[in-house]
Amino acid sequence: MTQIQLPTVAPGARILGLGAYRPRRRVTNDELAQVMDTNDEWIQSRVGIAERRWASEDETLVEMAVAAGGKAIAASGLAPDEIDLVIVASASLRAPIPGIGPQVAHRLGIPRPGSFDLNAGCAGFCYALGVANDDIRAGSSRNALVVGVERLSDVTDQTDRSTAVIFADGAGAAVVGASDEPGIGPVAWGSDGDQHNAIEIAAGSSTMTMAGQAVYRWATTKLTQTLFEAMEKAGVGPADIDVFAPHQANLRIIESMTKKLGLPASTVIARDIIHAGNTSAASVPLALTALMESGEAKSGDLALVLGYGAGLTFAGQVLVLP
Amino acid sequence: MSREDIQTGLAEILEEVAGVTPADATPEKSFTDDLDVDSLSMVEIATAVEDKFGVAIPDDELGNIKTVGDAISFIEKNQG
Repeated sequence: MTQIQLPTVAPGARILGLGAYRPRRRVTNDELAQVMDTNDEWIQSRVGIAERRWASEDETLVEMAVAAGGKAIAASGLAPDEIDLVIVASASLRAPIPGIGPQVAHRLGIPRPGSFDLNAGCAGFCYALGVANDDIRAGSSRNALVVGVERLSDVTDQTDRSTAVIFADGAGAAVVGASDEPGIGPVAWGSDGDQHNAIEIAAGSSTMTMAGQAVYRWATTKLTQTLFEAMEKAGVGPADIDVFAPHQANLRIIESMTKKLGLPASTVIARDIIHAGNTSAASVPLALTALMESGEAKSGDLALVLGYGAGLTFAGQVLVLP
Repeated sequence: MSREDIQTGLAEILEEVAGVTPADATPEKSFTDDLDVDSLSMVEIATAVEDKFGVAIPDDELGNIKTVGDAISFIEKNQG
């Protein structure tokens, strides 16, 4: 009987480079106050956002993914033809056919990689990173490009203050490659499909609604165990975490999670939401690149990341910053 | 547990979650109008109430709790 032979597994995988793209147009709270019943003080105290970026017509999902992906590839030191897997995490495609992964790969000069889009709401980037990590460690791919990209402004009712002040646009990307020591821990992921309509574009509608209180309660009570699970799976504890970068959904959720983790006072907490808004699958890589650009986070730092949102879905892991 | 004890426990929670001075946490006070507690803080209060008193307050019930007295009554009624 012929036996299937498997490739040699890699001892680990790590992030080789990060890249980000933020749309040109900044939208302040005062600007939103002109078109809906809200104000700067209310938005800042409830969500923690001071301004957000909305994509212009030329800043399409593909363009933003290519921009962020290109920077991640440059930062990695790899040539495009060394990449054989491209995963694009997004929940805001205007049309499902075609998925945009292959086009993004083509634009970046990556020749015929395995490529697919991944929709796991705001957990998409962490889900995709988990898949890429395992694929490389299994020996199925050499190097992967993982992109989180959203144009949530396309699917937001600009008159609904419960969503229009929160959701925003952007792209973040990571190149992942094999390494002698693990640089990404196993993903701790899951879903709570009983709350599938807590964040949704309802049938017959073209814009998102969110049950804010229910999602806030879920995020501040049900995800603590996932954060601890992600650390346990990587064999680390809160005292080892240098950077905490959860999905930038709401500043109060970030503060609540930080308190529950018992992280050392020296841990750097990502608060990119203040200037970026909630960018769903793009928010974790945008938050990581912001911290590295400012110097608050350094190469070699141990980061704990967590995506969570529509589905409801959640995924987190520990990773070493490139 | 007596209403008094519940009020004391609730006052502790309000101080921890929303910085409310314990002396201000009296039954007639409205969470939003008098104590500056918004709907997200109400969720945190509900979580803390469940931890402290073992009484769960679902989201739809939470909407009916307008005053400190409403919360005390709910906890008193649903105590194990």
